Amino acid sequence: MYKAVIGLEFHCEMKSHTKVFSNAINGFSKLSNQLVAPLDMGFPGTLPVVNKTCVKKAIEMAMILNCKIPEYMEFDRKNYFYPDLPKGYQLTQFFNPVGVDGKVVIEVNGKEKEVLIHDIHLEEDSASLDHYYDTSNIDYNRSGVPLLELVTEPCLNSADEAIEFLEYIKRIYEYTDISDCDTKKGQIRADVNVSIMDNDSKELGTKVEVKNVNSFDSIRKTIEYEIERQSKLKSEGRYDEVVQETRRFDDETGTTIHMRSKADAIDYKYFTDPNIPKYKITNELLEEIKKNIPMLAHERKNKYISEYNLSEYDAKVLVKNKKVSDYFEECVRLGADAKSACNWITTKVLAEVNKSDEITIDDVFIRPSMIAELIKLIADKKITNNQGKEVFTKMLEEHLTPVEIVKKYNMEILEDDNLVNSLVDEVLSENEKAIEDYKNGRTNMLDYLVGQVMKKSRGKANPVDAKNKLLEKIK
Amino acid sequence: MIGKSILELHDELKNGKVTSNELVNESLKACHEIQDKTNSFVTIIDDAKGSEVTDDLLSGIPYGIKDIFSTKDILSTGSSNTLNNYVPFFDATCVANLKKHGAVGVAKTVLDELGMGGTGTTGHTGIVHNPWNLERQTAGSSAGSAASVACGVYPYALGSDTGDSIRKPAAYCGIVGYKPTYGMISRFGMFQFASSLDTVGVLTRNVEDAAIAVDGMKGLDENDMTTWDSSSINLFKSLNKDVKGKKLFYIENVCDINNYSNPSEELKEHLNNFKETIKRCEELGISVSKVNIDSKLLNALYSTYVVISCAEATSNMANLTGISFGPGGEGKSPDEMIKDHRTKGFSPLIKRRFVIGSYVLQRENQEKFFLNAKRVRRLIVNKMNELFKEYDAMIAPVGTGPAKYIDDNKNVHDKETRVLEELLQIGNFGGYPSITIPNGFVNNLPVGVNITGKVKDDVSVLNIAYALESTMNYKNQLAREEN
Repeated sequence: MYKAVIGLEFHCEMKSHTKVFSNAINGFSKLSNQLVAPLDMGFPGTLPVVNKTCVKKAIEMAMILNCKIPEYMEFDRKNYFYPDLPKGYQLTQFFNPVGVDGKVVIEVNGKEKEVLIHDIHLEEDSASLDHYYDTSNIDYNRSGVPLLELVTEPCLNSADEAIEFLEYIKRIYEYTDISDCDTKKGQIRADVNVSIMDNDSKELGTKVEVKNVNSFDSIRKTIEYEIERQSKLKSEGRYDEVVQETRRFDDETGTTIHMRSKADAIDYKYFTDPNIPKYKITNELLEEIKKNIPMLAHERKNKYISEYNLSEYDAKVLVKNKKVSDYFEECVRLGADAKSACNWITTKVLAEVNKSDEITIDDVFIRPSMIAELIKLIADKKITNNQGKEVFTKMLEEHLTPVEIVKKYNMEILEDDNLVNSLVDEVLSENEKAIEDYKNGRTNMLDYLVGQVMKKSRGKANPVDAKNKLLEKIK
Repeated sequence: MIGKSILELHDELKNGKVTSNELVNESLKACHEIQDKTNSFVTIIDDAKGSEVTDDLLSGIPYGIKDIFSTKDILSTGSSNTLNNYVPFFDATCVANLKKHGAVGVAKTVLDELGMGGTGTTGHTGIVHNPWNLERQTAGSSAGSAASVACGVYPYALGSDTGDSIRKPAAYCGIVGYKPTYGMISRFGMFQFASSLDTVGVLTRNVEDAAIAVDGMKGLDENDMTTWDSSSINLFKSLNKDVKGKKLFYIENVCDINNYSNPSEELKEHLNNFKETIKRCEELGISVSKVNIDSKLLNALYSTYVVISCAEATSNMANLTGISFGPGGEGKSPDEMIKDHRTKGFSPLIKRRFVIGSYVLQRENQEKFFLNAKRVRRLIVNKMNELFKEYDAMIAPVGTGPAKYIDDNKNVHDKETRVLEELLQIGNFGGYPSITIPNGFVNNLPVGVNITGKVKDDVSVLNIAYALESTMNYKNQLAREEN
């Protein structure tokens, strides 16, 4: 076995009202060429105007990644000809990225792992090409969409580490509202660099780049495939067949395929864009951005453990997805007991969400206010725990609130002591044999008797109350 | 209207002596009349209509637009075959601003292809001829604008200036050419040549008109991040001939005939005439000093300009692929189509500049050429800024004499005169306000003098030119075919 060395270039489309250099809407459209300003098609005389929100978000991300932030914001041109690049260059940050030399610590399979960030920079996306049998269409909707590209040092050593890191970054993007990271809308893409080396070696092996891998699942497969491919060649004494090249991941076969070799590498002739005056990043701006960084996943997790006494496991489940975490916090804000809310969410609500890939927690009919209401009904002993579960199911089926369900099915717990007492008496008189058995040591008969009381009350008696009353009378 | 100034035409419009429609029609007719001889126009906008006359000085008055500016629904070619069918769907900001003032564009004027040239001979519709002598160049790139204004078909025409593209043709055509401070007028909608040097400006026959026209175009523009707020400056209202006490300098290295080993008769006359102009300045109470600048720095001017402008141009013009606009190329793949479009569309001069631009930006060359050129630019600007601490402006002869013959090859200047020939590029390096006015004749052809001043101090530059203009007889002069 060899040691794998992996570096990632992770591109992520940002959320913003308009594109990064034009005033066209940054959104998703099923129709081609709907969201386009003249600049996005490179019309003569059009000029870039920097989107300040994107700049602030990029600085925020650089801060979160513990990067050094430059004194000035500048953009550079990456020059090459391609049909999807209308200006003939991409505006990016080559010489002075918004963040450099960052570092984050993540947890991989229970162990801490330090990941070094080479840089993070703000740039524009290209148009997209749709290829048909004998023609290709250019869709400029994507042209000029803001992208953040995060480049790690070659410091990851397994697919697990790579994916865990990307999940960590994705959570930050979600928690800061920088990106939805929606794979289905093509919002994330990664270039994956993989090499292998002998375990005791200090010299890096030959680096192979796999471009434009567009889901976490494919990234994992890419890494695993490349490690296997390179290791096989190395162990067979054919390591010279591993060459510095660019490959692509093929979804159908799960393998990588040669695209171009190092010799074909393009000289992008980077130079600083003269249309965008360099912009001073002041301390005031940095302070303002810092102040507004929201609480991130790992911080929320710690809070849930220390303030709400949730288990590490539950806290992790809740913060894994920001929408779930927000849902949980909304329940708590509405007065629900944190532990109960956590239980309802992690068992029942998430079970609903997990039924389909197409939905998120926001699509589930039951809102945090209803969970809070349900918890309150149980806490106030208006309904039993078991009834609660029934209410939950009925809410989903009938799209009613807990109070409405309880009312509709007349489920409220009997608080009339006399009535409960008379039901207990009734059960005792009808079940002499059972009482006998109980006294002879079959303690589980008590549960049977409680069940009979519940049945007679049509589930509305408080089972704890019924049990106490039964015990009292059997003595 | 032939030969009349904006102020004169405004008076006539206000007094009802003439209507805007009459002016526009007269201007269109005059455009057609000079087209055969000068070839000034890519498009004469025959369906242009007069506009409402208001108290705005520009209202109702026709003007010309260099074909490097986008004009909504009107062909805008940049004088290039790569854009020979391009009709923009938006106006350049400067054109839109003039429209708001009621100005009426009547013609799109020929330029050196995409602004890259200084002869007026490389536009896709052919050579522009100097109305003073049809065998001579107008210089460029604002060639058609200079020729048509010199013929008096309208009081002003838009130009753009990356090296001296307004100020050199103005001199060759005996008119005024004003390049304001960089960023005073938005570049939005002007086809980019070299973004860090490109400046929108105007060609007129007197300094007042230049001030009025730029007042009508300037201002902060949300579409151009390099614009700045000049709302507190009104150039026309600030015009003042009292320039007593102003301080000028000239660069002795290149302005003194004794520094040339084998000067032509034209250069001798030109520099002699420049001396006369300096005397006029002194009579106005302006002090004029001579300074010497390290000749190493001066000799680096031209190559610095070539490297920076070609590098920016090769990238700026990479959008001309023929894919979403322009005539487009043939081919089986997008690469082939782009290649065909550009191979057929660009003239050899442009291609050569693209090769230079690509070469100096290449990874292995960038440090030596492009980055060093940027450093030299900084050194030149630092030197100028140092001088501007002491002086209000620089005065300089424009070029090395009058208009060259059309078949003269600009690229083989003799080394000795090259610095003087390219001196005005300093104005673009620093983004300085710079104006050329006519200051006499050499060989019966007009020559010009230039005033270049501090960034954002356009008022001083214009006032010096305004005062100097009043001491000479060339204000409002029209081209006369003498030979």
